[in-house]
Amino acid sequence: MANRFFQSALLLGAALCAAVASFACQSQSEPSSTTLYYFTWSDYVGPELLESFERQTGVKVVVDTFSSNEELLAKLQSGASGYDVTVPSDFMVSVMMKQGLLAELDPARIPNARQLVRGLEKLPVDPEHRYSVPYLWGTVGIGYDSSVIPTPPDSWAVLWDERYKGRISMLNDQREVFGAVLRSMGQSMNTRDPAIIEQAKARLLRQKPLVKTYSSDHFDQLLASGDVVLAHGWGGPVARAMALKPSIKYVVPKEGATIWADCLVVPKTSRNKELAMQFINYLLDPEVAARTSERLLFASANREAKALVKAGVRDNPAVYPDEATLGHLEWMVDVGDALRLYDRAWTELKMK
Amino acid sequence: MTGSRTSTSPAAAGLAAWLLAPSLVWMGLFCILPLSIVFLISVASRGTYGGVEWTFTLANYRDLVDPLYLYIYARSFALALATTGLCLGLGFPLAYYIARAPARWQGIWLMLVLIPFWTNFLVRTYAWMNVLRADGLLNTILIGTGVVAGPIEMLYSDAAVLIGLVYGYLPFMVLPLYVAVERIDRSLIEAARDLSASGWAVFTRVIVPLAKPGIVAGCLLVFIPSLGAYITPDLLGGARSMMIGNFIQHEYLVVRDWPLGSAASFVLMAIVLAGLWQYQRTGGMKP
Amino acid sequence: MMREKSGGWLLAASLGNLLFLYLPIAVLVVYSFNAAKLATTWQGFSLQWYAALARDHALMVALQNSVLIAGVSTVIAMVLGVSAAVGLERLPRRQRAWLDGALLLPLVIPEIMMGVALLLFFVLVKMPLGLLTVTIGHAAFNVPVVMVVVRARLRKLDPHLEEAARDLGATPWQAFRRVTLPLLMPAIVGAALLAVTVSLDDFVVTFFTAGPGATTLPLKVYSMIKTGISPEINALSAILVLVSMGLVGLSLLIQRKTVHG
Repeated sequence: MANRFFQSALLLGAALCAAVASFACQSQSEPSSTTLYYFTWSDYVGPELLESFERQTGVKVVVDTFSSNEELLAKLQSGASGYDVTVPSDFMVSVMMKQGLLAELDPARIPNARQLVRGLEKLPVDPEHRYSVPYLWGTVGIGYDSSVIPTPPDSWAVLWDERYKGRISMLNDQREVFGAVLRSMGQSMNTRDPAIIEQAKARLLRQKPLVKTYSSDHFDQLLASGDVVLAHGWGGPVARAMALKPSIKYVVPKEGATIWADCLVVPKTSRNKELAMQFINYLLDPEVAARTSERLLFASANREAKALVKAGVRDNPAVYPDEATLGHLEWMVDVGDALRLYDRAWTELKMK
Repeated sequence: MTGSRTSTSPAAAGLAAWLLAPSLVWMGLFCILPLSIVFLISVASRGTYGGVEWTFTLANYRDLVDPLYLYIYARSFALALATTGLCLGLGFPLAYYIARAPARWQGIWLMLVLIPFWTNFLVRTYAWMNVLRADGLLNTILIGTGVVAGPIEMLYSDAAVLIGLVYGYLPFMVLPLYVAVERIDRSLIEAARDLSASGWAVFTRVIVPLAKPGIVAGCLLVFIPSLGAYITPDLLGGARSMMIGNFIQHEYLVVRDWPLGSAASFVLMAIVLAGLWQYQRTGGMKP
Repeated sequence: MMREKSGGWLLAASLGNLLFLYLPIAVLVVYSFNAAKLATTWQGFSLQWYAALARDHALMVALQNSVLIAGVSTVIAMVLGVSAAVGLERLPRRQRAWLDGALLLPLVIPEIMMGVALLLFFVLVKMPLGLLTVTIGHAAFNVPVVMVVVRARLRKLDPHLEEAARDLGATPWQAFRRVTLPLLMPAIVGAALLAVTVSLDDFVVTFFTAGPGATTLPLKVYSMIKTGISPEINALSAILVLVSMGLVGLSLLIQRKTVHG
């Protein structure tokens, strides 16, 4: 009978589970005086930096992770509580503010927030930083393989170039993709005009046969492997691809592109708001911010941090945009009910 | 025959009630109740910033009756059907072989079938992308052995999505099939052979009817989840088309139109349940 | 004669299936030794990801959470699912249809709907989110999985066997335990294995029902999307596969010993 085998397998499996579970109980914290719950993207603060904070303050930091802004919002919106600090992108901050999900910040507790990079000082979203503090920021642009495209492209139009058919990737993000095409048309990426959105959709439909894939999460791999030679994407992942393939370069098109910033916020339901703000202040400390920026290849919002960042990272325009680019950038904002127009257009784009 | 047992005796009915109570309580509390909340949402409206406004409306359901959305549903059903068919075709021989293997080996085979699925789904899907890429494993082998001259574009196509879905749901077909086939009385098969039935006849007229509960179970466990798949079509299909799973995710998360997303989910649910009920009615589930 | 022929064909098909199942796993294992961070290029052999894995405390905790949740939720789902399956079989078909639908519901609805629904529910009853709520959610969606597998077997059992046992003086429980249960064993084990598998890999429902400190492996892996999925995961997957296979081999050895020893 197979019973014996199953019994022994079950026993072994149970033993393994028990061992793992007991190990889990041990390694999980002895209840310290306080615990801070940080809800974030993976890796947004390195383990050694966390330990340093824990040592300085005697507080235990528990890190939980999410995989998209939208999921974060859905969770907080439904009433989930227990998180003290979280990191939505600028766009999501505005939505959270409107829904009353965020606690007000006390600037006195976050002195490091005064040293923000020029350009981040007045986000359209939360100009006085009452609810959010920018943490990491960057641009959206085009990563390209300079060995295949020797003349550096400077316009979104290169993504419509027939010569690169089947070797182009676009972000799988409705606002970003429409943002790119709207800018290429000389329009704002936050337009609410149905006629313009329709035109944008038509252009995207023309582009579709040239597009290999719509991807927000592995276009860096596609660039590095040569599967695509043009990738619409954020600077950070392109910088990652650059490390593997030096011929890869990054450009922010002259018609303009998105500037984004991930912001630190304290959910209203946090039970440790002061501690949360202390943590935010710590994350914005120039040294800490510089190390974070080097590891993630995203630009730090702290002005002083840039000087402390390794030269290779600091001089990489995919990570730290240069002065000239800053002029062309546009923040993405909520378009209210017009979102339905974008949504419909995006669905049609996907289905044709 | 199984089916309606002699349940007229109060003792048997009482026992059935006791047996069903725990699961009914659990599911009532953690499934039916939560879903009722979502149903209420589906007849509400989207708030200005994406929350829920409790004004009753059937607009969401009406909005779904649109050629664009109907096309999405139809396409997803076709893909799910293909996935189920392929899983059945691939999984049946495997399940049959395991069921017929010496008892001592059956457990090992089952574990071997399941172990790949204890690694992370996202990572497995990325691995498939590596296999199917233009310079990936499969193309390298095909070119190396001279089967094809140049690389075939396999990734970012419906075929790739199909492969990914079949891969992801194969164990869900194999296990129920194994469970049913293992029970088939070998003497029945031998008797059919003794009556000089061909292999095919034995298969279609003895094995398949007797394995029916397993086939139905397997098809359920594959068809329904693959309808709601969204990661596989995005990664392996290049996100070039939208499946119903993508659409629902999109409505919930990106557009933040919970009422519409809920309505779309309930429509999906209704279609599947209707199909199941119809199947039940025609006595399909009887062995 | 015909037995052997069809046997050969079956074996080939089965091995082919196994090849199909392990192809991406093989790729994962190979790339776990890749010195490059991105999986698309090979840059030489390296053990750095295994070293990084050993240092990655957060990943280990996530793994532990996943295993714990899978174990507990499967046990709950098995108890609920098997009892429900057995109970349902004893009902006349009419009543069965409704309950069937109710118990099979999680199977029929999109995961995100289940996740959001559960979250709303937990918030409503003011239950704090955490490992417990995740386990409850997992048990809930695994009940139909278990039921479906067990019933595929239950339908084929001869009802008269239990009756015969009762006629010979056994109590209903004894008849169940000594007649039906052993006959159900393959289904029970199959259902348990499947439920564990489903639980280990779940993302959506887990995300919405997880609370602070309840990160599981899928949550952790998916959140690496923005910062690039570390090949540590390949190393972890390779180890998981190895350990599982080791478990299988060990069970086989133990079983051999108890039979022959």
